[in-house]
Amino acid sequence: MAQEQQRPYNQGEIRYLTPLSVDTRKKKYCRFKRSGIKYIDYKDPEFLKKFLNEQGKILPRRITGTSLKFQRRVAKAVKRARHLALLPYVTDLMK
Amino acid sequence: MNKYETVFILTPVLSDDQMKETVEKFKKVLTDNGGNIENEENWGLRKLAYPIENKNTGFYTLIEFEGEPTIVDKLEIAFRRDEKVIRFLTFRLDKYAAEYAVKRRAVRKAKQEERAAQEAAEKEAAPVVVEEAPKAEEAPAVVDETPEAEA
Repeated sequence: MAQEQQRPYNQGEIRYLTPLSVDTRKKKYCRFKRSGIKYIDYKDPEFLKKFLNEQGKILPRRITGTSLKFQRRVAKAVKRARHLALLPYVTDLMK
Repeated sequence: MNKYETVFILTPVLSDDQMKETVEKFKKVLTDNGGNIENEENWGLRKLAYPIENKNTGFYTLIEFEGEPTIVDKLEIAFRRDEKVIRFLTFRLDKYAAEYAVKRRAVRKAKQEERAAQEAAEKEAAPVVVEEAPKAEEAPAVVDETPEAEA
């Protein structure tokens, strides 16, 4: 009796023959820290485009994974590049 | 003494000589005020990312210099007075930027030498085998595509 009373809880459980492939997301990392870049050059618009969306806006840290320190430097470099017309302030379909 | 870097854009309506003359004028402003010019780069006529004063192109010039902080004001006043300058940016290089600037200079110099060497080699090769001249031209084009050293 005691065994059957415990069963109902387990019956609803779904069992898989192979472990479920829950896609484990790759951990984001700060590319500047990893590759040891200390200064972000505003003169290289092609590089800075990696941190912009297609409207030319700066991507947030939660998407690029950049650390706060380098996010500030990226933002500064992008703004300098915009001032010198190396990057647009507003645009459509940049890439 | 601080290290500074300035980039300015001149209107595209100037002739090459006028452009060089204007650049010399600003260099003179720097040297007259006790500045020491460390590097000068001429990026030539570039397309602007957005129109400035209804112009879509401009002559870019980069100058790295060393001097007292007061020199920046004098330079910027000179920029504002000259209507040939459509945009300028001056800022102080921090230690990382200064390190990077030195590296960038070395890379650019090496590239220039490589290009010069290649051109010289082409010139030598061209008269010997005239038919193969177009093939020789392909080589530098590939080199040009190599991305600049990552920031």
